[in-house]
Formats: sequence, C-alpha cells, structure tokens
Amino acid sequence: MTMSGRNIGLFALMALLLMSVGFIQSWDVSLTLLNLCIISAIMALGVNIQWGYAGLFNVGTMGFAALGGLAAMLVSVPPVTAAWKAGGAGVVGGIVAAVVTVIAGMYAWRKTADMGRSRYWVTGLVVLVGYVVLRSLIDPAVSAIEKVDATKAGYLGGFGLPIIFSWLVGGVFAAGAAWVVGRISLGLRSDYLAIATLGISEIIIYMLKFEDWLTRGVKNVAGLPRPVPYEVDLNESAGFQSWATGMGLEVETASSILVKLCYAGLFSIVLLVVLYLSEVALRSPWGRMMRAIRDNETAAAAMGKNVTSRHLQVFILGSAVIGVAGAMLTTLDGQFTPTTYQPLRFTFLIWVMVIVGGSGNNWGAVLGGFVIWFFWIEAEPIGHWLMSTLTSGMEEGHWLRLHLIESAAHMRLLTMGLVLLLVLRFAPRGLIPEVKR
Amino acid sequence: MTDFLNALVILANFILVPGLAYGSQLALGALGVTLVYGVLRFSNFAHGETMAFGTMLVILVTWMLQGAGASFGPLPTALLALPIGIAGAVVLCLVTDRLVYRYYRRQRASSVIYLIVSVGVMFVYNGLIRFVIGPRDQNFTDGQRFIMKAREFKNMTGLNEGLAIKTTQAVTLGTAVVTVGIVFWFLNKTRTGKSMRAFSDNEDLALLSGINPDRVVMIAWIMTAALATIAGTLYGLDKSFKPFVYLQLLLPIFAAAIVGGVGNPLGAIAGGFVIAFSELFVTFAYKRVVTYMVPESMAPEGLVQILSTDYKFAVSFMILVIVLLVKPTGIFSGKSL
Repeated sequence: MTMSGRNIGLFALMALLLMSVGFIQSWDVSLTLLNLCIISAIMALGVNIQWGYAGLFNVGTMGFAALGGLAAMLVSVPPVTAAWKAGGAGVVGGIVAAVVTVIAGMYAWRKTADMGRSRYWVTGLVVLVGYVVLRSLIDPAVSAIEKVDATKAGYLGGFGLPIIFSWLVGGVFAAGAAWVVGRISLGLRSDYLAIATLGISEIIIYMLKFEDWLTRGVKNVAGLPRPVPYEVDLNESAGFQSWATGMGLEVETASSILVKLCYAGLFSIVLLVVLYLSEVALRSPWGRMMRAIRDNETAAAAMGKNVTSRHLQVFILGSAVIGVAGAMLTTLDGQFTPTTYQPLRFTFLIWVMVIVGGSGNNWGAVLGGFVIWFFWIEAEPIGHWLMSTLTSGMEEGHWLRLHLIESAAHMRLLTMGLVLLLVLRFAPRGLIPEVKR
Repeated sequence: MTDFLNALVILANFILVPGLAYGSQLALGALGVTLVYGVLRFSNFAHGETMAFGTMLVILVTWMLQGAGASFGPLPTALLALPIGIAGAVVLCLVTDRLVYRYYRRQRASSVIYLIVSVGVMFVYNGLIRFVIGPRDQNFTDGQRFIMKAREFKNMTGLNEGLAIKTTQAVTLGTAVVTVGIVFWFLNKTRTGKSMRAFSDNEDLALLSGINPDRVVMIAWIMTAALATIAGTLYGLDKSFKPFVYLQLLLPIFAAAIVGGVGNPLGAIAGGFVIAFSELFVTFAYKRVVTYMVPESMAPEGLVQILSTDYKFAVSFMILVIVLLVKPTGIFSGKSL
C-alpha cells in the first residue's frame, strides 16, 4: 500500500486538526469526534465499494445503517421471556407464513407462464391468502407482546449475546436487504437502483419506528450492553484510581478518556481490516474486472462477464460494510433510536465524504470520512459564530438577526450541498484521486 | 339497499374523493419528473424540493396578500399567489440549469452523474427552504372550507353516512384538469411542443432538423417548475406545508412515473392515480363498510385493514417493485413524450 507524500500530508493534517480540538476544546470532544470519524470512514468505504468500484448509486445508505443498528440491539439485549411466552409462537408462525407466501407466490408465477392475463390473478390470490394467514397469526401475537410490561419492555427482546457479534450480524442483515433490492432493480436502468434504494431505506426506517414488538419503536431501547468497561466501574475501582492519580489526571476525566480510547481501538481494528480487504480486492483480478465493467459495461459483457451478477455482488458487499458501521454506531451510542436515522446524516453526508475524498480510492474515502465528519460537527459552532458576527451591526432584537441566527443550523445542509456540487464540478477526482492502474 | 348505499358513501368519502385529489397531486408531480426525464434524461431527485420551493413562495405571497386584505372569495387566496410562485420556481430551475446541469450536458455526462448532481441540488434547495421558512408546519389554507358538509349530505339523502367534499379537493381536481389539458395541448398542438417531443424521441435526429436544444431544455425546465409549484401548492392546501413531507413525496412520485412508463406524460397521470388509489385502498379500514354489507351476526371485530396507515409510503414501494419485476418499462411502454 504505497502512499505519496501528499496523501500522508493530508492524513497528518487531519490528525493535527483532531489534536488541535483536543488542545482547544477538550480531549474528550476530540476522541468523540475521532470515534465517529472512524465509523463514518467505514461507511464511506462501503459506499466507495459500490460507487467507486462499480458505479452503482445507492441512495439508501440510511436504511442499511439502520439495519446494522437493529442488529446491535437484537443481538445484545436479553430476551423478554414473558413476551416470548405471550406471543413468540405467533410471531414465529407469522414469519414462517411470510416465507412460505413468498415462495408460493414465486412458484405460482413461474408455473402460470402460459396462462395469459389470469396469471396475475392466480399469483395475486396465492399471495393474498398467504397474507391473510400471516396477519391472523401475527396480529394477536403482536398485541399480546406489546402488553407485556409496556413501560419497560413490550417487545421480544434480543438474544443477550455480547454486542460485538452484532457487527457481523449487522453486515449480514444489510447484505440480505441489499440482495433483495439488488435482485429487483439491478440490470434495469441505473436510476431504478437509486429509486429502489431510496424506497427501501424509507420503509426500513418506518418498520423500525412502528413495529413495536421488534424494536419498541419510538420508545427506543436504551442501555445496550457495552463491549468496553463502564466509566462508573472504573471510577470505583481502586487500581484505576491510583493509576489515574499516578498519571496526574482527574479520575472522572481519565475514565471517560480511557473508555473512548477502548472504542477507538476496537473501531480502528475494524477500519483497518475493511480497508485492507478493500485494497486487496481492488488490486486483485476481481477489482480489475469491476473497473472494466464500470468503465465500459458493453465491452465487459462482450468479454463474457456477467455484469448484472457482478453488480449484485458488489452492491451486497458494500451494503454489508455499511451495515457493520451502522451496528458499530449503535454500539457506541449505547441505545437504539429509530428516529435518529435521517437521510441527510446517513445517506447524503456519506456521499459527500466519498466524493470529496476521491471516489474509487479507499484511502480517499477514509480521508473524506474524517474530514467531512470533522467539519460537519465543527460547522455548527463556526456557523453560529459567523452569523452572530455578520449580524452584530444590527440591533439586538431585530427580527432578521434573530431569524438568521436561528436558521444557522440549516446552513449545514446548504453548505454540504454546495460542497458536493462544487467538488463534482471542479475537482471530480476528489482529495485523493483514484490511482490509474 | 340503504345499507349498500351507506357502504358506497363511506367508500366515496374516504377513498374516491381523497384519492382523486391525492392522485391529481401525484400525477402533476410525476408529469414534471417525466418531462425532465424525457428531455434531460435523468431522474430528478430535486423535484420534491422544487415543489416545496414553489409552494414556499406561494405561501409567502399568500401571507402578503392576506395581510393586504385581498381574498379570492370562497376559493383559497393561494391560487392568486400561484403565478408568482411559479415565476420564482422557474427562475430557480433556470438558474440551477445554467449553473449546474448545463456543464454536465456539455460534457455528455452519464445519467448516474446527473443523479448525484440532482441529489446535491436537492440538499441545496432543502437548506434554502429551511433557511427561509423554517422546518415547521405552515397552514395557509383560507376561503370556504367545505363545498359539501357531511351533515348537509345526510339531510339531503337521508342516509346514515355523510359525504364531505373539501374546497381544496375540488380546487385540486379542477386545477389539475386545466393544467394537464394545457400541457397536452402544448405538447401535441404547438410547434414548440412538437419539437420537444421530437427531441425526447431522438435527440440526434431532432438536432439535425434544426431544433435548438437549449430552447427545448429551457422550456422543459419552465414547464417542470410550473407543474412542481402547482402540485406542491395543491398538496400543501389539501394537507399542510411541511418541508420534509416533500422529500417523502418523492417516492410515490417516482413510483407513479415508473408505473406509467418514465418519459410518457399520459403514463405519469395514470400512474399518479394508480399509486394514490392503491395507497388508500390498502390502508383503509373496511370495518364499517363490511358491517353494512354482511348480516349483523357476521360483523367483523378488527379494523379489516390490509396495511396500517403508518406504511402508506410502503405501498408505492411495493407497486414500484411489482412493476420493476413484471414490466420494467411501465404500463404505457413503447411511447415517449
């Protein structure tokens, strides 16, 4: 993995920026930023696999990240036995019915190819019957589950496993959703994938918000177990206290920094693994084939490459990476909050990262993740300061001044949109351009 | 017999009337998407925000008119403000085209680049709208609220169930019919409209016949901006104006355009109504209808609802999926603009 001096310089500059936040604001803030930067970088790597390697436009990053978050919650939370007793059988039956319905529907569709118009009706009828069975099984179960200890539980709970497993599970969830979307919309016009991913991500978010038996919906699931020690435990342990005082630090500050460093360590391992695998893949014959397909689909198809199935493959891989990052984010937050999934934050921002960083270059995606997240967070104080300064000539209570200061938060949208448009127009290769091989 | 009529009235009140209004809104939105696709050949993700931007201007002018004491009798004042809103949206679209899209047109960029660019434009618009009017709910409907109230209908017919028609619903349908009429007249009867269709059908041939591409693109943007503002304003009058809702409308609008066959104006209108009615059919609770239709002993206990209203946006996605699986070119395939 060779890097030119310029690229090393760019990363060094980024490290300097993070360190200056450490000195100016506090190390706690700086490390929080770092952790989110790493997660953003991993998401950007996922999008880069889809866009940079294969030229696929995924507008549904938010949905795949949310599935990762769901995985984190489902894996780590202990099961609610009362709820399982109340409605577990019904829910499982309903899921089985759903699977059977889909298979029966597909079977009916295949077997009725020579029936003309009535083909639609037969398939529709099969699916409708399946759906009625599904609902009759799942509806009573759901209402029973939601009644179980509604203030604290009211959902099935999870599997009570260490949350770190969820990072893999999150990837698998996202890959599954990507398989479905990809099977439907790849091989058609390129816009269809974009529109289908937009749709699926909206629907995933709606499901997470409204399927209370699975996710508690907008009541959130708080207090997910952690893969790292808790600050409170550290503060109380005598060994840590003496170590912290020995280092000349306050115990509370030291424990919170240590916890964040632990997270940073874990996240860095994932980032390095993903980065390594991506780079290896990019250099392999597989990577060459993907680039060939991206640059000229017709020529690649003429060489005997199955463009659609390669696209599907790379779409699934990229989505899985996004799912992993989504699970990591929920792990870091320590709670699962469906309402936090905003298209701006989870779809658009990641795209800006990839484009600014340099599409097609993994190092670029990582750098883009760091830079954009950093400025995304720091833009708020800067924007507020800018607006206050610009309007300082006006009277204190002037309506325009108040409006401008209040609206400063929305400036971020505008700025990020402009950044994307400007980079696309004037520096389409990004900060670290793709290496021509 | 009365039971049957009562059931019909419920369906008309909760599905037919709202469906016609919502369908017209979606149809106008999808028509705009289809026009851009036909002429500029990309799916415009910024269309929802164009709708929101035009509506925002309409709201601001409406407030000014209301402040000045102007009103449009029983009709909403917003209709008076509509031309100014359209003019503003046209300026916005033309400026955007000049600053952003024209460059990529000259480059002959691939359609996926246009997609990304339009997503960027979408967020710039979004920021602009929130900056001016804020993210909150705005209500700007005035004039007479109902053409027919549920109670009046009951007195008139002697039925148990009422049929209410809101003024905004009638206005929506009327405006949509007029707008669509003008668009089709323009596309089919005028020289410029014909040149647009020729350009959409075969760009190279159109260029060879001396059609000025810049002019076609400009007219496409003007029409799109007008359609978007009208659709957005009608939606805002009927429901209410929330900036983020227009982002969510993007999915049903795209679904409508694809169902009808992207690039096909007639298809866009059909698609709009298909999506609107499916959404209402699937999320309507049929309990009261069924109670009227079956003997008393068989009356259902549940809501008899296929899908909860929370998932109304999932309906357009499902239709989209079915169309992509079964007939990716849409219902009216084979024809374009």
